Amino acid sequence: MARVVVNVPAEAKKGEVIEIRTLAGHPMETGFRRTQLGELVPRDIIRSLVCSYNGVEVFRAELHPAMAANPLLTFTTVATESGTLEFRWSGDNGFSVTEKASIKVV
Amino acid sequence: MKEVLLAFSLFLPLIAVGEIPLSERKSGYEFMSRETRAMQDDEVTGPAVLTLLDGEALWGKLGCQGCHKDAAVSMKGVAARYPAMVDGKLTTLEQQVRHKAPQLGYESRDLLALTAFVAKQSRGMPIEVEVSNRTRPSIDRGNEFFHRRQGQLNLACAQCHDANWGKKLAGTPVPQAHPTGYPLYRLEWQSVGSITRRFRNCLTGMRAELLPHGAPELVDLELYLMWRARGMKMEAPAVRP
Repeated sequence: MARVVVNVPAEAKKGEVIEIRTLAGHPMETGFRRTQLGELVPRDIIRSLVCSYNGVEVFRAELHPAMAANPLLTFTTVATESGTLEFRWSGDNGFSVTEKASIKVV
Repeated sequence: MKEVLLAFSLFLPLIAVGEIPLSERKSGYEFMSRETRAMQDDEVTGPAVLTLLDGEALWGKLGCQGCHKDAAVSMKGVAARYPAMVDGKLTTLEQQVRHKAPQLGYESRDLLALTAFVAKQSRGMPIEVEVSNRTRPSIDRGNEFFHRRQGQLNLACAQCHDANWGKKLAGTPVPQAHPTGYPLYRLEWQSVGSITRRFRNCLTGMRAELLPHGAPELVDLELYLMWRARGMKMEAPAVRP
């Protein structure tokens, strides 16, 4: 079950700096761990998160091994116009999730 | 001889201390750092949120909804009165949650998710377990377990949680052990876990006999602790360090 949660303010003033919080459910298996039988557990992590604001990329993060499971990423952007924020997580083993949130700028 | 006397006098006060007065009881929340409290208070992106969403999905998928309808109504306050007597047997919330879904194993992701979802409906409600002739023996057994020295370290639960709460153990504050928020997300576990997992942690630390999930001794202990925390507010699923 790929679950993601985003928290975007529903309404903001034009030019205001808004905080965006994102949480993605993912084991973030590092690829360095071994089972009790000594076999390497294959790496399975989220590789990137991209956030676009009305089609314009405003934030991009590259994720690496040794980050905690269920990564929570918080960032800010400037509220410019009403519209949609689109979040796209992608990673190993074809992991790909998209989530949208709308914002009203007054 | 001097050392022996010193060691004896150090341990003596521990045995003498009784129960925590009702007015001095504190949830584990109050011992946490500001940052960890913020995690628990974050209802949208807190660490237990994903588990709650899974639980909500399971509520529909496993057919709980068919009988119990809206969990916000039917499950309100349920977690605050468990462990409870069900068909003459003392039963924990986990055990009751899986009564129609025995395929959910103890400590499995799905059982924890569903239990957390059920427990969440009691948030803010006061803990009130049944105290009657049929539950008294269990509370007494739990009380005895809590105060009995056990394991290679010869420790009793009460020595830390009644007599030395608020002090530090390996850099972290010793809480009073009130089960207000189970199942909860522990940062150390990087996942949600049940109160039994927590008990087993402590038993391992005391180098005592590691009782299995669902062991009657642990159910009695859970009931005793819920009775000990009577009137305190539920905060499940909580976050702890």
